[in-house]
Amino acid sequence: MNAPLLRIENLSMRFGGLTAIDDLSLDVHDARITAVIGPNGAGKTTLFNCLTGFYRPSSGRVSLAHPRRGLLQLEELDSHQVASRAQVVRTFQNVRLFPKMTVLENLIVAQHQRLQQASCFTLAGLFGLPAYRRAEAQAIAVAVDRLTRLKLIDRADAVAGDLPYGMQRRVEIARALCVDPILLCLDEPAAGLNPRESAELNALLQSLSGEEGLAILLIEHDMSVVMNVSDHICVLNYGCKIAEGTPEQMRSDAKVIKAYLGEDDEGEQPGEFSGAPSQ
Amino acid sequence: MRVVVAQHAPSLRERLKDAAAVACVALLLGVPMIGLTTVDQGGALHVATRWPVLAIFVTLCFIGRLLARFGLDRLQLRRRSRPAAVSALRGTGALTAWVGWSCLGVALALPVIFSDNRYVVDTATTVLIYVMLGWGLNVVVGLAGLLNLGYAAFYAVGAYAYALLSTQFGWGFWQALPVAGAFAAGFGLLLGWPTLRLRGDYLAIVTLGFGEITRVILINWTDLSNGPNGIASIPRPTFFGLPFKPDGDTPTFASFFGIEFSPLHRIIFLYYLILALAMLTNLFVSRLRKLPVGRAWEAIREDEIACQALGINVTNVKLSAFAISAMLGGCAGVFFAARQGFISPESFTFNESAIVLAIVVLGGTGSQLGVVLASLVLVLLPELGRDFADYRMLLFGAAMILIMIWRPGGILAKREPTLRYRALSRDGGGP
Repeated sequence: MNAPLLRIENLSMRFGGLTAIDDLSLDVHDARITAVIGPNGAGKTTLFNCLTGFYRPSSGRVSLAHPRRGLLQLEELDSHQVASRAQVVRTFQNVRLFPKMTVLENLIVAQHQRLQQASCFTLAGLFGLPAYRRAEAQAIAVAVDRLTRLKLIDRADAVAGDLPYGMQRRVEIARALCVDPILLCLDEPAAGLNPRESAELNALLQSLSGEEGLAILLIEHDMSVVMNVSDHICVLNYGCKIAEGTPEQMRSDAKVIKAYLGEDDEGEQPGEFSGAPSQ
Repeated sequence: MRVVVAQHAPSLRERLKDAAAVACVALLLGVPMIGLTTVDQGGALHVATRWPVLAIFVTLCFIGRLLARFGLDRLQLRRRSRPAAVSALRGTGALTAWVGWSCLGVALALPVIFSDNRYVVDTATTVLIYVMLGWGLNVVVGLAGLLNLGYAAFYAVGAYAYALLSTQFGWGFWQALPVAGAFAAGFGLLLGWPTLRLRGDYLAIVTLGFGEITRVILINWTDLSNGPNGIASIPRPTFFGLPFKPDGDTPTFASFFGIEFSPLHRIIFLYYLILALAMLTNLFVSRLRKLPVGRAWEAIREDEIACQALGINVTNVKLSAFAISAMLGGCAGVFFAARQGFISPESFTFNESAIVLAIVVLGGTGSQLGVVLASLVLVLLPELGRDFADYRMLLFGAAMILIMIWRPGGILAKREPTLRYRALSRDGGGP
């Protein structure tokens, strides 16, 4: 296997006496979906916050092999630099759209970096110079492309906060895709989706990683998503990695089953995850 | 309780109970405020009672509440029964534009219509100063969502910058305007930098402090600002170098155009000057709103954390909002100093910041036309209310409360999108 896109080495995050992530190491590869699962409070979202600059990890390294900018240490970057320079973009567990702006505006804001440069820090934009107008037209084209792809184009002018929840989740993914990510970190993208919507999400994630070679890091509780789309699963419990491997391996891993279902006190058979077998 | 009221019309019993509760509160408040009064009897103060007046007051409150409740319920019922408000909403954009253009038309024609009425033109000039200040503050409060209670500080910085540059160094209005604006923008950065991490109430307190600090410095730094005595004889703006004075040795505005001198010329010129400055501000801000920086302002108002996750440098965005808002406030200050000819720290109290903020909030945060309507209300009401003498500010407060009840989001609360896919695809023609 080639070198990983993202390499997390011995990452720890402590809040006072609480160790939220304990000496975690994980590789994320191009064109693959890596899922991070674990019970509530296992440290999954904390991991995302460490990767994307919202938290400074207490120790450890997060190295990104950027195709154009070389090796970047994500733990040293600010949160906005992680997105603008390293092109690692995340979504949030509870959707964070710009609720009063329209869907299209949400997607244009995501292209701020490029547009701001094209507008020569507002001057060219102020006078409506052709270079800026071209950049704006291009940004709109990108946004329209993402909206079409996520079947949101009919709602382009809708106020984002007024959309149904499942659609807001899609808008958030569309918006993240507008930043041109090389690594997309999705925090529970299937939460609150109905079965049909989550099947659509599966298809989308597979096409993003399979056809476009995007690396996806996924936190998810919905096993029908995790087991179906993941190439690699990492299981966390109390901040520690307890297992790692393919969906098939995880399904039968004793430690994983124990973490999820607890000790087998009452003589019940350890259950299978509810997800259908992959592919 | 509110929900119940909204769902079915309350019985007479409920209404009476509600009104009685209000009358009780009125009684409690009324005993010390109305029931008891002090009278001066031969140098000694005695407490006298006015029970009949109190009784009238409480009865009025009772009846008033009964009627108000009844009226509000009727209003709510009618609103509920109105069919989907979609069609009404679609019309808002066109209506806003129409009202905006007619406001501009009236503003342009006003000095012509009232060419012999100095009071009207003067008041209109004051309204326009507040419109410009409101548009400036709107950048930081309405668009970027950062509460600023010290806006008068930037107004003061602009005014003092022009006053000092003109009296000490002999600079003209047009030379000083950009420099004073830049100076105020610098102060905006100065305020913005330490408050980057603050939001909401905390930011409001710091900006309030900043406004007061600026005023106190102006009072105490006598060498620079001449302290509480202020700066007098600030040169008035000229008409491209032609001063507005009675005929003299040098050509004046009146002699150049061969018309008879009238002190009104300057008043009208100042009016058009502030109108032009305000319109320039409007153009500038509404253009910025459609640029990346303006969209980023609105985005940080909506969700700062999401902005960071999308690669927006929140620090820069906030600082740019502070700087541009301060610059516009500073330019308004330059005009203020040039118009008054005299400034002192008295003119830049917290009251001034509060009025400008009230204009932005009442107008509907983020709405350009709302600011115009709100400044009309807030500046004209106290003017029109002069006949009511002591009750002037009471009237003012009541108007503010009524606007907030009638339109909790401000007079014009609806946000216009900065771009529309439907319009774009129609222009593009499509395949």
